[in-house]
Amino acid sequence: MSVIAADRKPASDRKPVSDRKLARAAASSDRRFAAISHALLILWSVIVIVPMLWVLMSSFKSTGEILSSPFSLPDHWRFENYANAWTDANIGKYFLNSVIVVVSALILVMLLGAMCAYVLARFEFPGRRLIYYVMLAGLTFPVFLAIVPLFFQLQNFGLLNTRPGLILTYVAFALPFTMFFLYSFFRSLPHDVYEAALIDGAGDWRAFFQVMLPMARPGMAAVAIFNFLGLWNQFLLPVALNTDQDKWVLTQGMAAYASSQVYDIDYGALFAAIVVTVVPVLLVYCVFQRRIAGSVSQGTFR
Amino acid sequence: MKDTIPTAETASRRPEPAARGGRPRRRKLTFDRVTFFLAFLGVPLAIFVIFVLIPFGQAIFWGMTDWRGFSPDYNFVGFDNFTKMFQDDIFLKALRNVALLAAFVPLVTLTLALGVAVAITLGGPSKGPVRGIRGASFYRIISFFPYVVPAIIVGLIWAQMYDPNAGLLNGVLTGLGLDQFDTFAWLGEKAAAMPAVMFVIVWGLVGFYAVLFIAAIKGVPGELYEAAKIDGAGRFRTTISITLPAIRDSVQTAYIYLGIAALDAFVYVQAMVPNGGPDNSTLTISQRLFNVAFAKQQFGYATAMGVVLAAVTLVFAALVFLVNRLTGGGEGESKRKAPGSRARRAAAKGGAR
Repeated sequence: MSVIAADRKPASDRKPVSDRKLARAAASSDRRFAAISHALLILWSVIVIVPMLWVLMSSFKSTGEILSSPFSLPDHWRFENYANAWTDANIGKYFLNSVIVVVSALILVMLLGAMCAYVLARFEFPGRRLIYYVMLAGLTFPVFLAIVPLFFQLQNFGLLNTRPGLILTYVAFALPFTMFFLYSFFRSLPHDVYEAALIDGAGDWRAFFQVMLPMARPGMAAVAIFNFLGLWNQFLLPVALNTDQDKWVLTQGMAAYASSQVYDIDYGALFAAIVVTVVPVLLVYCVFQRRIAGSVSQGTFR
Repeated sequence: MKDTIPTAETASRRPEPAARGGRPRRRKLTFDRVTFFLAFLGVPLAIFVIFVLIPFGQAIFWGMTDWRGFSPDYNFVGFDNFTKMFQDDIFLKALRNVALLAAFVPLVTLTLALGVAVAITLGGPSKGPVRGIRGASFYRIISFFPYVVPAIIVGLIWAQMYDPNAGLLNGVLTGLGLDQFDTFAWLGEKAAAMPAVMFVIVWGLVGFYAVLFIAAIKGVPGELYEAAKIDGAGRFRTTISITLPAIRDSVQTAYIYLGIAALDAFVYVQAMVPNGGPDNSTLTISQRLFNVAFAKQQFGYATAMGVVLAAVTLVFAALVFLVNRLTGGGEGESKRKAPGSRARRAAAKGGAR
């Protein structure tokens, strides 16, 4: 409030004296602003970190210890919780399934998305805008609208409960996002390099793979990171379209393991399973976090 | 190469239109070009049409049938599914719950995300130019953490946090002397379940939008801050008058995608309250749809629910646009840099989540 009061004053008497007073008032309110900023950030960091640390600590406790006190440190560090989680929850198998499905889908969607974005961004042809806006609509409608027909569409193609079916579905639903992000990227690439490639006798294919695609690498990296997070964390599509337990992905396996705990409670193992699932992604994030922050800003300013 | 196809040369006797705005001219069709277009546009579009567009289209038709899936025959029932839906108490409850989610989750998430973003970018030392706070990248990394954790795990972690006996939350509250929370079931009490679920969704999403806004705030030209400082504006005033108006478009986009996420909410509720919560107080349309489709095999009816969910989503997006316009949001600006705002929209969606 005092800021506004301080601001109003000099409008009536514009004197250097009041300017100094004003500066002092502004500085003190700025200090308050900094203090509030620190308080807010510390509070939020605590709210974010504490549940995670608690999960980590509890993953070494026995069920009895967890039930008796949520705070106490474990008597001894029960690494067997991790062994139990690994075997009971089949984490290894589901992890592998997730890697296969997500990596295949990621490679495919990056390639197809880049191709599609390139053609839409750099060629004039009838129907270009129509395609662009239809894909925009695909980005806006909820997946739930399509989920039942999608189930039968995959069944018709014999792709239900198969890895290729899940991979293709992932590709299809990640395609609009990939296309839009790369569309603006390809639009911004300089034109003369492309012309030079054509003059040197490169066809459309070579111009794309040897000239344009390498130039788009920063954009590709940014989209790939987001697609990876989105696909790795995907839950609805596999739960509806991939019900064969041998092919479950990690998110499905974890959900099933947690609900099986209702009958046979082993909290320690459940926490251990959560830790095993989260830690690899968190480590990858910490390595790439500059890239991620950068790619968000790329999406914002292009 | 050119000499071998003289027919094409003579056919296009008119001078080729000059390239507009740096776009390449149209070239003649060669084998290379035809295969190029088929592969580059045909393959992605085929996948998109088969797995996204056709299902969307089918959904609208099936929503008007009584199809039960595994038999080929069905009857066209027009809008019967929809009238049935609006007499179905459970569905109406789900609709109400989802409306609550869409009303509160984006608002709270964006307020917090803006707070965090402003604090990180503008909360720095008060002398000199406006600077980021000390430890900015630490706070940024921490606040993004929950977004990296799969949403299903976020739900599972908080299901444990809320556990009446073993959960940390009740442990902390009783430790503070609030003994009435000794065995309080956060997800089992009708009044508490929905707010508890909302909090978890907010917890999971704030970090991503904070990082998005940090990027947007950093894009605000420094001269604006300089000018504000010379005019004697403090940080509060600068935030309200300079920063927030400048990133308005980002906020609108974020609001829409948060709304879409909140209207869905499937992963979170499925992890914490798969049965719909006490007296269905946390049941969402998505859960109901999933159940009606894959447990009860009423595919026609379930698809109709999907149509309603899509309609609600569109209404929500329209409302956000309308409010932004009525409060003076800039349409002209967003038109001028359309490609950028589109990419921003795409970035706000954050991949396939």
